[in-house]
Amino acid sequence: MTAPPSLEDLYLRMLQIRLIEEELLRAVQDGRVTGSTHLCIGQEAIPVGTCAALGPNDPVVATYRGHGWALSRGVPAEELLAEVFGRDSDLNGGRAGSAYLSGPQYGFYGENSIVGAGVPIALGLAMACNRLGGNRIPVVSIGDGAMNQGNVHESLNMASVLNIPLIVVVENNGYVEMTPSATLTAVPAAARAAAYSIIAMEVDGNDPLAVAATVSDAREAALQKSAPVLVEAHTRRLGGHYSGDAQQYRPAGELEGWRATDPLTLARSQLTSEAAARCEQQAEGAVSAALALAEGMPTPNVEEVMTHVFSG
Amino acid sequence: MSSRVDSSESSYIRAVNQALDDALGADSRVVIYGEDVAIPNGPFGATKGLHDKYGDRVFDTPISESAMIGAALGAAMGGLRPIVEIMYADFLMVAMDQIVNQIANTRYVSEGRLGAPLVIRTQQGSTPGSCAQHSQSLEAMFAHVPGLQIAVPATPQDAYGILRDAASSDDPVMVFESRRLYPTKGAVATGSGLGRVGQADVVRSGTDVTIVTWGTVRAWAEEAADHVSESGISCEVLDLRWISPWDRDAVVESVSKTGHLLVAHEAGRVGGFGAEILSSVVEELGPGLKGARRIGSDPVPMPSSPILSAAVLPSVDRLVAGIHSLLKENVA
Repeated sequence: MTAPPSLEDLYLRMLQIRLIEEELLRAVQDGRVTGSTHLCIGQEAIPVGTCAALGPNDPVVATYRGHGWALSRGVPAEELLAEVFGRDSDLNGGRAGSAYLSGPQYGFYGENSIVGAGVPIALGLAMACNRLGGNRIPVVSIGDGAMNQGNVHESLNMASVLNIPLIVVVENNGYVEMTPSATLTAVPAAARAAAYSIIAMEVDGNDPLAVAATVSDAREAALQKSAPVLVEAHTRRLGGHYSGDAQQYRPAGELEGWRATDPLTLARSQLTSEAAARCEQQAEGAVSAALALAEGMPTPNVEEVMTHVFSG
Repeated sequence: MSSRVDSSESSYIRAVNQALDDALGADSRVVIYGEDVAIPNGPFGATKGLHDKYGDRVFDTPISESAMIGAALGAAMGGLRPIVEIMYADFLMVAMDQIVNQIANTRYVSEGRLGAPLVIRTQQGSTPGSCAQHSQSLEAMFAHVPGLQIAVPATPQDAYGILRDAASSDDPVMVFESRRLYPTKGAVATGSGLGRVGQADVVRSGTDVTIVTWGTVRAWAEEAADHVSESGISCEVLDLRWISPWDRDAVVESVSKTGHLLVAHEAGRVGGFGAEILSSVVEELGPGLKGARRIGSDPVPMPSSPILSAAVLPSVDRLVAGIHSLLKENVA
């Protein structure tokens, strides 16, 4: 890792993600976005902190709750918004939508709408990075619910025995979709990594500086030992599993309690009010500019709907 | 890059081995992995000697088909050209997500910004005594999914050429080899692929009935054609070689001439790819098609005892009966 990031910079990045996610929630509710979206409100510190610790060419693979990861890896906000709006974005031309978008030109190798499926893909990317060189280590984000998918465990074991450097970030956000994590998972992710002789680290996923420092350590360990590293980041999902989720399963008062550890609130409290105001002004300007650009992008050309099934 | 052409006699499995060797030699991005493929030289010998020759470009993996195939996609996205061996086609079923939801979608959904240049090699079909989980012919299941290329080579030459074409394709290819055919021999010209993905092989020309087939049934179709020729029936035999994409033009052209179509494959008849071919020909030729039949395995799980499996598999006798019934119905 180069110089540690500043909290002000990380707050700005988190805030931009938060504003985009809040705008998308409104857009689903007022019909500008069709279909559901899976927002990362409350979890912004994990992609922001992680990507601050990555090398410039480290590939990132995420889940359907991946807007924060795409933006943190460098996908322009207007392209992401246009893709979610079903417009002809420079990402996927409206073919991917909110939950399956990718931008390899930015190092973002895609969200995934199948729980856990990004891990074997990231393993393969790691095999390629390991063989082709360039000091690149892929990062894959999964939720704690994905730790109960078979292909995740196949991949952790395979990465371990084949000595493949790879960083697996498990975002433990308290819920497996709509059911409390603790009721569905026998042993937490970090403890399960030990079963595969994988180095595990745990971090407060609501503290972007801590996330950046931990991922920086993880990256160094993965490179030095030529091995996978699992980072379990503890956080809280401050919204539904998806945009239309009424969250009736939440105990009364839970969300209000969890908001006390909202990563934005925590970061803001450590900044001067001038710095915070600077970030807020900058983020609001950037997001409204991106929104205007996205809404001005053309709709996809229906005549091209059959293209790119195969190359050529 | 090898440019030699060597038409020596080779077994099917040896042709596969030579194709893998030549693919590794031709492109440094090619890696080969699977269960027991490196140090043990491959359960059927397809990868024999390749680890010794190419080192860690040929490596063994855990028994983890989902991770193996998912990793092939990631490796392909990352600039490698992986060739994965899946020991039995039946084992593909534990990796369906990676094939259907991941690999097949990659190029289309990314609008061509990502691709999946990878090969999944496997072998399939019934051999005497093999159980229901080591006997299925599953190619049609994958032909249903847009974005996958599906080959079913029947001869040593095609096993070589198709695998070379697969390895140099920019899109995913599933190659369904045949365990039953591995020992069979034939002339093999090496050095390059067949050159055209999806091109059928006109095995023999004829005038009365078109037999469209692939894989293990090709040889039975030739035998059946020999048999009915004694009754004065002339069969044209087309080995599709690929079912996705498939050579619709060659099939339509042939049936336009003969008027009669028999599609025969080892895979199950119900929902089989033969139904797709037959439907396409009906749509294309309408009343120009005088009669059509499908032959495939009967709709039961494949039993192990050879007496039982023979009762439900296609055979030369079944093909002969199918040809006769096709022509009789037309006369009546």
